[in-house]
Amino acid sequence: MDFITNIPLFTIVLSLFSGVLCMMLSDRAARRYTFCYEVLLIAGVAAVLFYTVKTGQAFTYVMGEFPAPWGNEIRAGVLEALTALFFLIVMLCSVTAGRRFLLVDVDDSKRNLYYTLINLMTAALLAMVWTNDIFTGYVFLEILTLTSCGILIVREIGRTTLAAVRYMIMNLLGSGLFLLGVVLLYDVTGDLLMVPMQADIARLSGDPRNMLVITMATGVLTVGLAIKSGLFPFHYWMPDTYGWATPASGSILSSLVSKCYIFLLIKIYWRVIGIEVFEKMPVRNILFVLGVCGIVFGSLSAIRASNVNRMVAFSSAAQIGYIYMGIGIGGLPGYTAAIFQIFAHSVTKSLLFLTTPRLAEASGNSLKFKDLEGSAVRDRNAGFFFLLGAFSMIGIPIFAGFSAKLLFGTAAVEVSGDRKILTVILALALSSVLNALYFLRTVIRIYQKSPNGDRTRMLHRADYNVPMGILTVLNLAMGLFSWIFADLIQSGLLMFG
Amino acid sequence: MAGNLIANYEEAAAIVLFGIGFTMLLFQRNLIKKLIGMNIMDTGTFLFLASMGYINGRKAPIIENGVMSAEAYINPVPAGLVLTGIVVSVSVTAMMLSLTVRLYKRYHTLYLDDIYVLSRHQTEDR
Repeated sequence: MDFITNIPLFTIVLSLFSGVLCMMLSDRAARRYTFCYEVLLIAGVAAVLFYTVKTGQAFTYVMGEFPAPWGNEIRAGVLEALTALFFLIVMLCSVTAGRRFLLVDVDDSKRNLYYTLINLMTAALLAMVWTNDIFTGYVFLEILTLTSCGILIVREIGRTTLAAVRYMIMNLLGSGLFLLGVVLLYDVTGDLLMVPMQADIARLSGDPRNMLVITMATGVLTVGLAIKSGLFPFHYWMPDTYGWATPASGSILSSLVSKCYIFLLIKIYWRVIGIEVFEKMPVRNILFVLGVCGIVFGSLSAIRASNVNRMVAFSSAAQIGYIYMGIGIGGLPGYTAAIFQIFAHSVTKSLLFLTTPRLAEASGNSLKFKDLEGSAVRDRNAGFFFLLGAFSMIGIPIFAGFSAKLLFGTAAVEVSGDRKILTVILALALSSVLNALYFLRTVIRIYQKSPNGDRTRMLHRADYNVPMGILTVLNLAMGLFSWIFADLIQSGLLMFG
Repeated sequence: MAGNLIANYEEAAAIVLFGIGFTMLLFQRNLIKKLIGMNIMDTGTFLFLASMGYINGRKAPIIENGVMSAEAYINPVPAGLVLTGIVVSVSVTAMMLSLTVRLYKRYHTLYLDDIYVLSRHQTEDR
């Protein structure tokens, strides 16, 4: 066995250890340590990605060397490695670029604890991506819920606490349903590891009475994770949560946490239920309808939003709708588009959530559209990055958003029947128009010459510009070389089956 | 249908408990009652697991008198899952209680709707 097969477990254990360590370090030491170890993790995960692409197959790490039905396993294929890599890069960029706001939002004595939470969250994200055991998935899902609530309430104002309580209530409903689904699946199959579960379900799915239980369990699981990831009509917690969090947290919550739940869901469909069995269930079509509704209603809510942060948050609801629409289209192309959208949206949304507070800062700490007039002139860099993010959201070619929409369109044509193709194309067209409406409106506003003249120019430093630059480069790379990413995702999905 | 329910009365009760807890967590306006609902919901799942894991006439999975056959004991995995679930549930409850205390100290009420109205009247930066 190659040394490289140890890396996935090592990344989880190191993150957990780092969480504890950061509690004992000073703010500055914790920040530097987190930066260094995240870079180390990125290097390790990149090595895993390279290894899996080179060997062309996934590997399984058996913990404690207990064989299949008993032990606990970690599995790494191309898709897991790619997702982990994306998540780590976005996490590092968000934390680095959002640091200046932490100085304002978080009390001096508690700032090292923020890094503790970030490290524990990294552990949970990685464990959910790597795991091959559905109950381990549940445990780390709860750890992710707790840490995401933690990074939300570090900003100790009333609105954040209220947002955190509402966020937690929705998440607890989701976790409860997810646990029930896992328990039901365990009862019919008698296994918790994904590979034996899939074999059992394939055997059981012939009998309609068993199929009923499996469908119900899948439905319960799906609703649980849909609530947690904010699918329409469960998206109303989003604006408060993302809008009132400190910018680094808002960026992480919208671009990583909600995406990780969807990744786990896709993994369960492919590796536990089995994609052939899943495609026979009505769950897929329900997800398709809710996804399309999410696209339309998310965009409409964004148009009516009262401030720019709420607008960006509501547009998240629309983007989550895209991902579920991809699952609803189904087949290899549908899932490829859905996962591409997960990556595209996470690099774009983190860019947007990290620019809006800077624009607000240049406008007397107000996020209202009226006050933001001319803010991009006062803070040129933030304005530029917002412009790029907005272009990607609208779907202008050469940006990631465009490639994602293209993939959805071609997936629908390749896989579905006429009615679905028409719905997908209409939804894409409508959403592009609505996106253009509210994002271009904002872009024009922030570049307008404001009546109250130019105020002091913002101080820019490398710790903001470099991570934002990396996110932009990733975005452009996904737009210009989308086929490379699509091929990687596709080969990863084939390794799933 | 009814026969199935009576034969599996433990599981049926567990699902009813889950439903009660779920609706309480969703619809109660008082935060403490919401938390009680959450605990009932989790307990429902644990009862479901425990009753599924128990096999009539078999013993707890601790080797006694040198009997090594797996046929003599019940499956220990569901009990392990319940234990893990309890740990998760306790930590989540602690987290939620601390949030509730923080909200109460600020707004002097436990009703979410009132807190929402009060919070809108506050002016806060950004």
